[in-house]
Formats: sequence, C-alpha cells, structure tokens
Amino acid sequence: MASSQLSPSKLFGAFAICGVVWAALQAYIINSFGFVWVTALTDSILSALLLSVACWLINNNLRYYQPDKGSYIYLIIWCAALAGGCTAAARWLLPLFDFGQVYLNFLQQSLTIRLFTDFLAIGWMAMISALFYSQLDHKKTEQRKTEAEKLARDAELYNLRQQLQPHFLFNSLNSINALIGFKPDQARKMIHQLSDFLRGTLKKDDQLLVSLSDELQHLNLYLEIEKVRFGHRLQTEISCDGNCGEALLPSMLLQPLVENAIKFGLYDTTEAVTVSIRGEIEDQYLIIMIQNPYDPKTSRPRKGTGFGLSGVQRRLYLIFARNDLMETHANDNIFTTIIKIPQL
Amino acid sequence: MIRALIIDDEPLARMVVLEYLQAFKQIEVLQECGDGFEGLKAIQQHQPDLIFLDVQMPKINGFEMLELVEDPPAVIFATAFDEYAIKAFEAHAIDYLLKPFSKERFDKAIEKYLAQATAATPAPKQTETLLETAAQSPAQNERIVVKTGTKVKIIAVQDVEYLQADDDYVSVITAEGAFLKNKTMNFFEKTLDPRQFIRVHRSYIIAIPQITRLDPYEKDSHIAILKSGAKIPVSKTGYAKLKQVLGI
Repeated sequence: MASSQLSPSKLFGAFAICGVVWAALQAYIINSFGFVWVTALTDSILSALLLSVACWLINNNLRYYQPDKGSYIYLIIWCAALAGGCTAAARWLLPLFDFGQVYLNFLQQSLTIRLFTDFLAIGWMAMISALFYSQLDHKKTEQRKTEAEKLARDAELYNLRQQLQPHFLFNSLNSINALIGFKPDQARKMIHQLSDFLRGTLKKDDQLLVSLSDELQHLNLYLEIEKVRFGHRLQTEISCDGNCGEALLPSMLLQPLVENAIKFGLYDTTEAVTVSIRGEIEDQYLIIMIQNPYDPKTSRPRKGTGFGLSGVQRRLYLIFARNDLMETHANDNIFTTIIKIPQL
Repeated sequence: MIRALIIDDEPLARMVVLEYLQAFKQIEVLQECGDGFEGLKAIQQHQPDLIFLDVQMPKINGFEMLELVEDPPAVIFATAFDEYAIKAFEAHAIDYLLKPFSKERFDKAIEKYLAQATAATPAPKQTETLLETAAQSPAQNERIVVKTGTKVKIIAVQDVEYLQADDDYVSVITAEGAFLKNKTMNFFEKTLDPRQFIRVHRSYIIAIPQITRLDPYEKDSHIAILKSGAKIPVSKTGYAKLKQVLGI
C-alpha cells in the first residue's frame, strides 16, 4: 500500500508544502479584497503558522493515543478548541502590526470564516493522522500475530518430531529383533523399557513442572535403551546433590539435551563415551550440568544437527522469559551444557 | 565363496545380519567393523565382494566412507531412517534394508545381489550417482571427507577456500593445505551449497565469503583475489555468475 510506505520525513514534507500553499492561497484572497501584499502576506503567514502548530499538536496527540470508537466526539471537541485558539490568537496578534482601521474591520468581519476554515483544516489533519497511525498500528499487530503463529507452528512440529524420534525407535526395534534370537529375556526387558519410555513421553504435558527425580527416572529408561544399543561404548554417570530430587523443572527438558550429548559423544568419537548428568541447588536455582566428550577438530557444525539445544533455550525463554538460563562450554574435548531452573 | 564385511556401530545390529547370513553358506563374513575408519581399513585389506553398511556411524558416515574407497564393492545398506539416504537408495543402491528388517526381506536383498553378481555387471557408475544423491542431504554437504595417506581428514565446508581441478581429482584448498579427493568438479558444483560456492572457471570453484577483490585480466576475463592472497582466474561466464550472486 502506498500510504504505508510513507516515511515520517516524507509526511513532514507534504505537511510543510500544504502549509505554504495554504498561506499563498490566503494571501491571494486577502489581496483580492484590496489590501496591499505586505498586509496580505503577514496575515496569511501568521495564520498559517498558527494553523500548523495546531495541526502538529493534533498529529502528535494521535500518534501516541488512538481514540477508540466512542471517543471521536472528543476529537471533534479538540479540533474545535484548537480552531478557536488559532482564531483568537490571530485576533489579538494581527492588530499589533498596525495596518490601519480598514484592515481591523476586515479582521473582525472575517473571524467567523477564519474559525470555520481553521476547524476544517485541523479536522482534516486529524482524520489523516488517525487513519495513518491506525494503519501503522494494524500492520504491526498483524506482523506480531504472524510471527507468533509461526513460532507456535514450529514448536508443534518440533514436539511432534521429538515425540516420534524415528531413528531411536527403529534402531531400538532393530536391537530387540537381534536380542530375540539369542537373549529373549533381555529382548522382553527392552520392550518393556521402550514401552514405558514411549508412554511417559506421550502423557507428558509440556507446560507441567515435574520433580527432578521423576524426570531422571524417565531419562533413565531412555539411557538404558541406548546402552543396550551401543553396548560397552556408552557409560552414564548421574549424580544429584542432597534434596535436588525435589526441585522442579519443566518436563522433558533434559531429554533433548541428553540426546544431543549422546549423539555428539557417540558419533564424534570412536572410543567409549561417558555422558554425565549432575544436579545441584544453588541460591534458589536448580543447576543441571550435562557433559559429553567431543572432538573439536572434526565436530560437525552444531547448527545443522539439532533443534535440541536451541529448542531448549526457546522453551526456557517461553516459560521463564529469560535468555540467560542456558549456557554451553567447550574445552579439553568436553562439551558442557548448563541449565538453570529458577525455583519459585 | 563370497567375501563380505559388516559395518555398523551397533553390535546388536551386526548380530542380526550375522544371524540372517547363516542360511547362506556361500557367504563368508571376514570381519565386523564398528565405525567407518575400521570399515575403510578392512575394505582395503580384504577387498571384499559385498559389504553390509549402516549410514549413521561415528566420525564418518557410511556414504562418506564409501566415497573414500577407490573401487567400491557391492553394497547393501541397512539403516533406520533417513529420508535423503532412502532417496539415494531408491534410485541407485543394489538394495537397502530398513531396520528392523525381516529374514524374508534380507533374503530378497541377498538374492538380488547374487543375481547381479552372476550377471557380472560391475556397478561403480551406480555407486557414483548414489553418492551424489546422498551428498545432497543437509548433514552431508557441511563437510568433505578426504584421505591423506592412510589417515582420514574431515574438512568443514566453511574452512574451504577454493577447489581446483587436478587431473582426475579435485584439490580442496584450505588454510591447512590442499587435499585431493577423487571426485569431479561437476560433483562438487552440484553438491556444494550454491549460496556458498560458485564455479568461476572450468577448473575452479571458490568460496564466496573468501573473495576480497575482483580485478580485470586480459579481455573478457577477470581474476578473483581471495583472503589468503590466492589469485583465481574467472572466466567470462564465471564472472557473469559472480555478478549475479554478489549483486553487482
């Protein structure tokens, strides 16, 4: 839309040109009544200046305050008051110039018409401003809305994919397939673990806060399955200080982080891998540290591989409105992810 | 006797293949390998007829490993889920098995291999196109895997300054030096991200962020000067492409 592309400076320019045209027109009219050009110009410039001050006031007013439907009457009152002010100022200021008795009479007689033209001009300005700013506002709201919708869609997709975890699921089934042949007991155990894990994933509500011990229990199911898959290559260490088992955190928050740690640990090195998870309480925060070995030289660029980390950061932001709750460090072939959960 | 290798990082997954293979007395498994490096070594050592290969493996994946093999044997892929990989297989692999697979499905793959082996039509060309399709997966075009002597080197594409045709090879130039890869310029032109890399000459592909200056050189041709100071000839068509990408 053409009007939406109007920049403030362009708008100001158009406003100034209108003022000049207005003043020129008024000067021409006064001149045609038989007054000399000096008189006509002084009168018109002063009137135009007063009018532009009034227009600027109404425009500024509307920029920060949009009248709702019921209060347009106040806008009209505002315009009338400003028009009255302009006319009164002209009435008291113009006689100061001493242009003679004939001019003073003319001024007196033309006050009514001045009042009405001022009112019309200011009203016109008010209308344009109201339209312009309401449209601007509308556009911004629209933008925010589409952005929010997009985010919601992304989150939903992410959740779906997170729940499905096709790789994990199919590989686990393949391991079970192998175990059935020579270790049926273990195959049966793994089926139970896998079902418990999937059931837990499905029933978890994203918005819910759960205790760390519950979350770790769920995580353990996952880790046990992964250990069967990868055999001796995967070790885990879970430690939890004092009473942090009671501490609350958003459900399913650790899962993508641990998954990430396992993925990078296992696919970045060929040796045995220890993934450690440590929880502690510090000044009203539950702090969870997840560490995995990685190879800085050959590590794939992180961005492409997972919405894991960024998804967790986003969730923390959505729940706690803070961006400083997750940090990652990489040194000495160890990758560390630390998250802090405020305890209310 | 058909000599085979199993390359998969999950011990249980290898076990399934071993178990299913017991029915085929004519196939002998020479070795089981837990990652691509081991697999590469074993292929060079044994020169097998057939390999069973997983895609997702530590360090280098199955496709990357296969790229490094001079004369690849017949391959039956066994993988869980990867839409790009599946696309690649569908078009060009001897067969691919989606985990978990049944004994019947496995037998079918073996029969397919046996039929092809007796028909004696080697398929290096097929493997080439397979790898090209697989290389278009987002995970894959972030890095280039090369062999230097007996070692395998993984180069992140951000570290690549330019690529230069070198007889039957392509030389990948990074700050650490040049690495040879047995691929064609066309292969790289197709698989590298076109927003990052541009073929400016029959024998050169350059990384766009590396360009610092473009100077005219003789008639119709230019020279691109990279951050490293390297001077790369730019042909007339290459210059037209560059102008479009850089918006000049």
